[in-house]
Amino acid sequence: MSVPDSRVDYAIIEQFVPKGARVLDVGCGDGTLLAFLEAKKDIDGRGLELSQDGVNEAVARGLSVVQGDADTDLATYPDGSFDVVILSQTLQATQAPKKVLEELLRIGKRVIVTIPNFGNWRARLHLLVQGRMPVTKALPYSWYDTPNIHFCTLRDFLNLADEVNATIEDSAALNAQGQRLAINAPWAVWNLIGAQGIFVLTSDQNVT
Amino acid sequence: MSTPSDLPSLHATSTTLEVTEPFVLASGDTLDRCQIAYTTYGTLNADKSNAVLVCHALTGDQYMLGTHPVTGKGGWWETLAGPGRPLDTDRYFLICANVLGGCMGSTGPGSPNPKNGEVYGLSFPLVTIADMVDAQAKLIDHLGIEKLLSVVGGSMGGMQVLQWAARYPDRVISAIPIATAAKHSSQNIAFHEVGRQAVMADPNWHQGKYANQSTRPTKGLAVARMGAHITYMSDAALQGKFGRSLQNRTNISFGFDADFQIESYLRHQGMTFVDRFDANSYLYVTRAMDYFDLAADHDGVLANAFAGAHTRFCVISFTSDWLFPTAESRAIVHALNATTAKVSFVEIESSRGHDAFLLDEPELFATVRAFLTSVADREGLTS
Repeated sequence: MSVPDSRVDYAIIEQFVPKGARVLDVGCGDGTLLAFLEAKKDIDGRGLELSQDGVNEAVARGLSVVQGDADTDLATYPDGSFDVVILSQTLQATQAPKKVLEELLRIGKRVIVTIPNFGNWRARLHLLVQGRMPVTKALPYSWYDTPNIHFCTLRDFLNLADEVNATIEDSAALNAQGQRLAINAPWAVWNLIGAQGIFVLTSDQNVT
Repeated sequence: MSTPSDLPSLHATSTTLEVTEPFVLASGDTLDRCQIAYTTYGTLNADKSNAVLVCHALTGDQYMLGTHPVTGKGGWWETLAGPGRPLDTDRYFLICANVLGGCMGSTGPGSPNPKNGEVYGLSFPLVTIADMVDAQAKLIDHLGIEKLLSVVGGSMGGMQVLQWAARYPDRVISAIPIATAAKHSSQNIAFHEVGRQAVMADPNWHQGKYANQSTRPTKGLAVARMGAHITYMSDAALQGKFGRSLQNRTNISFGFDADFQIESYLRHQGMTFVDRFDANSYLYVTRAMDYFDLAADHDGVLANAFAGAHTRFCVISFTSDWLFPTAESRAIVHALNATTAKVSFVEIESSRGHDAFLLDEPELFATVRAFLTSVADREGLTS
C-alpha cells in the first residue's frame, strides 16, 4: 500500500509504530492510516471518527472504528490500553486541545501527534502582507468555515507538551513538499520552515 | 425494492425443532419439552461457515422473508435481507427462530402443557432473553453449526445479539446489535407495564385463561399495541405523516370518533395486530425485555459481560430513536472499548424513530453490508 500524496506524514508516523502494536487512531477519517499501518506493521488497530461518511468507509475496509468525538469520548478508554495513540492533523480541530492531549497520554503508552504549523513562513507572510487570516495549500480553509479552531505553531505545541508533563521522545518537521527537515536544524528554523510537525510523546508518569 | 413475489425461492416455510430433553430456565423452572419454530434462507455451505442468525424483535417472528402465513404480507426484514441485499441470501445461510414465549410455533403461554394437555396460560414459566438465546443455541446445535458468522438483530433482537456474544463468545464471530440496549430502561419498563395492564384490564383476559373461555382479550391487546406503536415512531415522523389531518372528514365531530388520521392509523395498527399475536405471549415477551440487564449478570459491570471476547461488533443506533436512544448504544460501545474488543459504531441520521431499523435506511444497509462483507472476507468465505 502506498502513501497517499496528501498525507506525507504517514510514512514518518509508520517509523514510530512498532510491529504488531495496539494502535488507536483518533480522528481516523476513512481509515487510510489505519489500513496503511495494518498492511505495513500488522497493527491491531482501532479508530475514533466524528463523521459518519468516514466511519462507513473505514468499516467497509474491515476496520474497527467508532463514531465519536475526541473531546468527549476519549474518557471511556481505559488507562494504558493502547501501545500507540495517534492524533493526526486533528488536535487543532478539538474544543479542548490540552484536555485531549492529557487523555491521549493516559490511554496510550506512546502518543504520536501531527499538527499543521501555523508558524510556517507562508502563514506568517500571508498575515503580515495581506493582513488576512492565512489560506495556504496546507491550511486551505477560510477563517469562518474552518474546522481548525485551535491553531498553534510548532513552538506553541512544545509548550503545551511541557504543560501536560509530556516527554518528547522524538519529533520531525516537514516542509510544504513533505520533505523531512534536517534533524539538526534549530527549533526556530523548524517553526519557520515546517509546514507540519510530528511529535512522539510519552507521559512523564509512564517513563518513571 | 423487490416485492415478495420477486422472491419465490424465499417463500417462508417454518420448520419445528422438538427439544425433548429438559430445558432449565433462568427462573429455575424447567420445560420438560419444548418446540422451536424457525425458518432458513439461502444454502448452508459444506463447512457450515456461512450461517447468520437473525433475532427478531418483540412482535416479530421467524417470517423475516417471504409471505407471512397469517397476514399475507411480506417478511419484516425484506428491506435488509434477500438476494444481493446486505444480509445476502446468495452468500449467507440465514436462520430466524420464533423466540421462546412467542406465539408463531415456538413454545409459549399459548402452547399446551405436555403434563396435562391444557394451554399453559399464566402457568407458563417466565422466560428471559438468555432463555431465548439458549433455545436458539439448541437449534444451532441441531443444525450442526459450531460458529455463527454473525448474529444480527434490532431492538429485542439486539438484546439477544448481546446475550449471544456474552453467553457463547466462542460461537459468535461477529455481532450486529441495532437500536438496542444492554438493559431495559425504566421508561421502557413503564411503557411495557401500561401495555400489560391494558391486556389484563380486558374482561376477556380471564386471568390469562381465555383459551378455556373461547374468547380473546383483543381490545386490551389492541390498546397495548397502540401505545407501544407510538414509542416506535418519532414526533417528527408522526407530524410529517399525519400532522393534524382529519380522517375522511372536513370538520371535527365534537365527539370521540377517530377524527384525526393518527387516531385512525393507531386503531388500525391495534386491530390488525391482534390477528397475529397472542395476548399472553405479549405479557411474557415484554417481561423478558424488562428483565434484561446484561451488566447485572456480571457483577454490575457491563464490560465484564464481554471480557476476552474475540467477537467483532458493529453497533448501530438512530438519531431519532428515543426508545433505544444512542446513549444506550454508546454504553455498549464504551463497555466494549474497556475490554479492548473489536468494535465499530455508527449512529445513523434518521427521522423515523425506533422503527428505522425495519425501514428503507440506505446508511443502515451500507453499514451492515460493509461490516458483514469484511467479516466474511476475513473468514475466507467465498463470495
